[in-house]
Amino acid sequence: MTAVLEIEGLRKTYRSRKRGVRHALDGFDMRVEAGQVHGFLGPNGSGKTTTLRTLLGLIRPNGGRMALLGQELPRALPAVAGQVGAIVESPQFFPHFSARDTLGLLAQAGELPRQRVDEVLELVGLRDRAGERVKTYSLGMKQRLAVASALLKNPKLLILDEPANGLDPGGIREMRSLMRDLAAAGMTVVLSSHILGEIQLICDSVTIISLGRRVAYGPVDEVLAAHSQGAVRVRLEAVTDLPQAADTLSRAGVRVTTEADHLMLAGVDKPATVSRLLAERGLYVSELTPVAVDLESVFLELTATAPVPGQHRQVDQSTKVEGGWGA
Amino acid sequence: MSLFVTELRRLAKRRVTRLLLVLLVLGLAGVATAFSFSSHKLSKEVVAAAQVEADHQYRQAVKDWERTVADCDAAKARGEATEERFGPNCGRDWQPQPEMFDPKWNLPYQFDFRAEFPTFIAVFAGAVALFAFIVGASFVGAEWSTGGMMNLLLWRPKRLAVLGTKMAALLTTVLGVTVVLGAFWTLAFWLIGRYRGTTVKVTAGVWRSIGLDGLRAVGIVLAIGAIAFALASLGRHTAMALGAAVAVFAISEIGIRIAVGVLSIPFGDRYVLSTYAQAWFMKQVKLFDYDACQFAKGQCEPAELLVTWQDSALVFGLGAAVVLVAAFWAMRKRDIA
Ligand SMILES: Nc1ncnc2c1ncn2[C@@H]1O[C@H](COP(=O)(O)OP(=O)(O)OP(=O)(O)O)[C@@H](O)[C@H]1O
Ligand SMILES: [Mg+2]
Repeated sequence: MTAVLEIEGLRKTYRSRKRGVRHALDGFDMRVEAGQVHGFLGPNGSGKTTTLRTLLGLIRPNGGRMALLGQELPRALPAVAGQVGAIVESPQFFPHFSARDTLGLLAQAGELPRQRVDEVLELVGLRDRAGERVKTYSLGMKQRLAVASALLKNPKLLILDEPANGLDPGGIREMRSLMRDLAAAGMTVVLSSHILGEIQLICDSVTIISLGRRVAYGPVDEVLAAHSQGAVRVRLEAVTDLPQAADTLSRAGVRVTTEADHLMLAGVDKPATVSRLLAERGLYVSELTPVAVDLESVFLELTATAPVPGQHRQVDQSTKVEGGWGA
Repeated sequence: MSLFVTELRRLAKRRVTRLLLVLLVLGLAGVATAFSFSSHKLSKEVVAAAQVEADHQYRQAVKDWERTVADCDAAKARGEATEERFGPNCGRDWQPQPEMFDPKWNLPYQFDFRAEFPTFIAVFAGAVALFAFIVGASFVGAEWSTGGMMNLLLWRPKRLAVLGTKMAALLTTVLGVTVVLGAFWTLAFWLIGRYRGTTVKVTAGVWRSIGLDGLRAVGIVLAIGAIAFALASLGRHTAMALGAAVAVFAISEIGIRIAVGVLSIPFGDRYVLSTYAQAWFMKQVKLFDYDACQFAKGQCEPAELLVTWQDSALVFGLGAAVVLVAAFWAMRKRDIA
């Protein structure tokens, strides 16, 4: 497989006289293979938008290496820009122009045929409102226009920073099938989003970033498998036996969380050992289910951003990867 | 090239451009129209009528004078004091003279193309420069503040080329507007001169001089457009250029004027921008230093300082160059977020 997007050890430091330095990207790595739909996940302020802006030449990095479509950046950016369509965090458009004018001007600047404008307007569902001024558009309509502007070039690589922001449920579903169609047609899509259910549905692989460093990456099922950590749900015939069972299992080295009517176990290799351990004590298991984790819980665990009752987590409180760059 | 054409189109589509162009045309047309009404051709009849009126005024004055002298004599005969009311000798020495009633004073105003059109070139340049400033600043300022610049850079990731092309599109448009409106402006005033004023002594040399004045007008308009563009791009907002312009105006025309006054610096006006604007159009401005005069020693020729249009070129050229270099340097270096 060839990499369409490669980032190694990318660093971006913001300096301000008042607040000192902030390492928005701190040795970040990322790799996206051709033809994939790749999810780019991370808590607020973890550096997703910074990464994409840097890739697109809007921000100058302080260090690291980047390549798009096999060409080194930023040197080759003008050469590859025609094949990379992007929206970066709810893009704004000149409010007094219509969608058609906006796209028409972009198409002209990119030397594209005019009929392409109508094609993408149709594609994102703005055909009938394309003559109206952008100022009068709703949030989701602006977002659709943004996606249209990214699709205009018919790019090889499509970079979408939170494209579902403001879309209605139907719009989200349409976006999902659009991504699938585009990927099927050979386009590589990089998608940053906080809607993890969506990501799990449409992405082949993901990169998870926290505080400017990569905390996990790979195909979605591998990431899920690597972090399901043998979670098992146990119910007993008698709820009153739960404390005793919990005690027994934790003494056997299993991590146990006691819930109202069941136990959640973690780090279990063979569920059979659990039923044997309990049966030896005369405790009878009525249910023993390995729990499939979803991307959301893996994300929360990896980034350490799961809400804790009674605490208000602040931004920048998430997993910090220690060690050298690119760890 | 496609980008240049795109930017020309974008500029022409903007409401600010269209609105200001309409206002500019209406304003210039208004001035020309008003002016055509206030100027009157001095035909033979008008000149003759003025002569008749002057003669009449003279005769009337003589009549009044005679009556006053008579009144005074009568009063004197009654033994009243007349010195105060009628002056010595009953005002006999103040007999009106014909040359005191120049028929010129009775003539209506007549526009003289050769003598006065250069002033109107400056008026025109001022109006168009204002247009260039606002359009130039908002063209790039609005692009920055609405995110249009970022969008464009995703398509054309060559920052300097993008900014340069935008500026070229702006200056081309401003140049076109200046040349076309300037041609109409010249034609309008020539027609006013021809039919409601005078176009005497408009020789080829005069036209050449008008042409040079026009070139300087174009020069200042383009410079101001470029400066506005660069300021708004530096500040990434239209208001930045307007704010900077107001600040420079206040500092130069008010602050420096007061400071040089208080410190009584000789030739203080040479530190004021409007002196250079004036010199640019009038080819030169003479500043005098009356403080150096010692009137006690009798008549004084005050010291002089000549500010020429070449000095103005240096001042405005340097100013424009500094802002432009800063704008392009910032475009190259600064992050776009
Ligand atoms: N222009 C800037 N100046 C200073 N700090 C900045 C700037 N832009 C971003 N940052 C900081 O860099 C870090 C990463 O920001 P970034 O926008 O990349 O986050 P993100 O992952 O896109 O978050 P979100 O999910 O909220 O969009 C944040 O801590 C942010 O405060
Ligand atoms: Mg973001």
